[in-house]
Amino acid sequence: MEKLVRVEGVAAPLYRPNIDTDLIVPSREITSPGREGYAEKLFAPWRYLGPDRRENPDFVLNRAPFRAAPILIAGENFGCGSSREMAVWALRQFGIRAIVAPSFGEIFRANCLRNGILPAALPAATVAGLAERAQSGSLVLAVDLERREVREAGGPAHPFAVGEREREMMLEGLDDIALTLRRKGDIEAFQARDREARPWIWAGAPD
Amino acid sequence: MAPRTIVEKIWDLHEIADLGGGQSLLHVDRILLHERMGPALLAGLAQAGRGPANPALVYGVVDHAVETLPGRLERSRGAGANAFVASMRERTAAAGIRLFDLDDPRQGIVHVVSPEQGIALPGCTLVCPDSHTGTVGGIGALAWGIGSTEGEHAVATQTLVRARPRRMRVDFDGRLAPGVGAKDMALALIGRFGAAGGDACAIEFAGEAVRALAVEGRLTLCNMAVEFGAWTGIVAPDDATIDWIAGRPFAPEGAMLDRAAAHWLGLASDDDARWDARRALDCSALAPQVTWGTSPQHAIAIDGAVPDPARATGAAREALERALAYMDLSPGAPILGTRVDAAFIGSCTNSRLPDLRAAAAILRGRKVAPGVKAIAVPGSAQVKRDAEAEGLDRVFREAGFEWRESGCSLCFFAGIDSFGGARRVITSTNRNFEGRQGPGVRSHLASPATVAASAVAGCIADPRALAAG
Repeated sequence: MEKLVRVEGVAAPLYRPNIDTDLIVPSREITSPGREGYAEKLFAPWRYLGPDRRENPDFVLNRAPFRAAPILIAGENFGCGSSREMAVWALRQFGIRAIVAPSFGEIFRANCLRNGILPAALPAATVAGLAERAQSGSLVLAVDLERREVREAGGPAHPFAVGEREREMMLEGLDDIALTLRRKGDIEAFQARDREARPWIWAGAPD
Repeated sequence: MAPRTIVEKIWDLHEIADLGGGQSLLHVDRILLHERMGPALLAGLAQAGRGPANPALVYGVVDHAVETLPGRLERSRGAGANAFVASMRERTAAAGIRLFDLDDPRQGIVHVVSPEQGIALPGCTLVCPDSHTGTVGGIGALAWGIGSTEGEHAVATQTLVRARPRRMRVDFDGRLAPGVGAKDMALALIGRFGAAGGDACAIEFAGEAVRALAVEGRLTLCNMAVEFGAWTGIVAPDDATIDWIAGRPFAPEGAMLDRAAAHWLGLASDDDARWDARRALDCSALAPQVTWGTSPQHAIAIDGAVPDPARATGAAREALERALAYMDLSPGAPILGTRVDAAFIGSCTNSRLPDLRAAAAILRGRKVAPGVKAIAVPGSAQVKRDAEAEGLDRVFREAGFEWRESGCSLCFFAGIDSFGGARRVITSTNRNFEGRQGPGVRSHLASPATVAASAVAGCIADPRALAAG
């Protein structure tokens, strides 16, 4: 898991509800089984115009200072839809390290935590205010995992909730598979009991 | 013991360790992989020097990036092979994971195949790097979609770490009228409570209308739980579930099935179980549903009208205006009669045998309207064979539908299958997002019967009118 403690920088507003992972990376942009090369594919339907993929000058992430913003402010249910992790790879490879929204698609949120992006859920009214103030390009936020708060530069701090285990994994950059494998004894004991209790789960396959 | 919901019972049966802070280390009984996320997942594991903890509990399919036109088998081999399918073959072979390849009689859409083959079972935990994995909640499995990195954890350890989900119960009361089905129930629910209405809960779908659904309908309902913003959906297994599972290739049989069935029936939520949230929907007056916009929550009754953004304010109004502009519809217009260029029947939502029968009942003796590109894609090779044994393929073909090989196909546009130049599509799939079915394509979600009726009419049409005529 990629380590992340605190992200500070300009916040880019993309304040629309239900932005789905098909918009973040459309299926047609997924052309090879690898994990690389997704920065250019991020928000392709909005970011580019025409078949020659000219940049759309009106799209927020094509404009200064948002082009280099490490923080995105989004609407309710951000990242809903497909589980495609490419959506998160694209955001990370583009340079986004934190997303502030009222709520997230559940699988997307889990994918963010495993790819060095911090999803911070704040109350809808708070996000609406931040999105409004971010329009000018002068809103600088510090999204702080250690303190579990989103702080406006020279302004108030807004607390967010994050699971204690997830927080620790991300703060320390821990390998979750290695941590679980330390419990191999527990897992094998469970499986031995389960083979007795639910043998149909363990029956060999017909082939 | 304190009263529990079905999800709590399954959870307790799979909890290897309580990790504190509400988190559990859960056993995962089944892992399904497909060729779009499977290769990256297996490559990640291999790069870390890891492999599957128990390859016999992992199953691979090819469905997402496969074409569905006849002759695909030949085209998928050799130098022209699609990179995803080729990589899936290599990676699963290297990891010792069985793969239902294109030439396998068990090939099909992962969420259609796993219950059909008896791989998914009631009370089992099942994960897959696909958001519609909750589909198999329809047989009483606790199943949910994950990303590929979390999938690496599942494959390497046969476990996942998860917080106990919040509990929601949705009661569908009353009886459905003829011509109205599970898809209409799901769309009505999302239309009423919103695309985030499921609030990341584990939702049990209950009530008279759910009990009356065939198992395939329950799969459809649970399939759409993710479009409701749920973590997953589940329907308690009953005698109909057990009858449906008996005889499937990987399912237990004989005395073992009897023992399993007794266990499965005991999973039902206790009468006094506690819920964090409850919702209810009366189905007795439910009409067929169709979406007008770009989110599944833009669902309305088929005899309803497109909403007027002027009646909303702020961000909600902007979202409605944007959806109307994308869909090229006028505020207040009736949705019936909206012209369509294409019709699609397929996807993990609505591609099982009863879905094809419902569409065929409308299509029999009728023709698709001139200029409408109509495509039917059975959910699995098995569904296709079963449909052909009943002569459904002839009904579809004679009506003017293309009859294809199984796969995810045009549920999303991956640059493989295409609607050609069609702009407006009536579709039995699950997502009407902007560009989901192709750049600029406008998608109207509906049941297979509504898709068939609309294909015949050349515009969005009420299947009840045709069924009666």
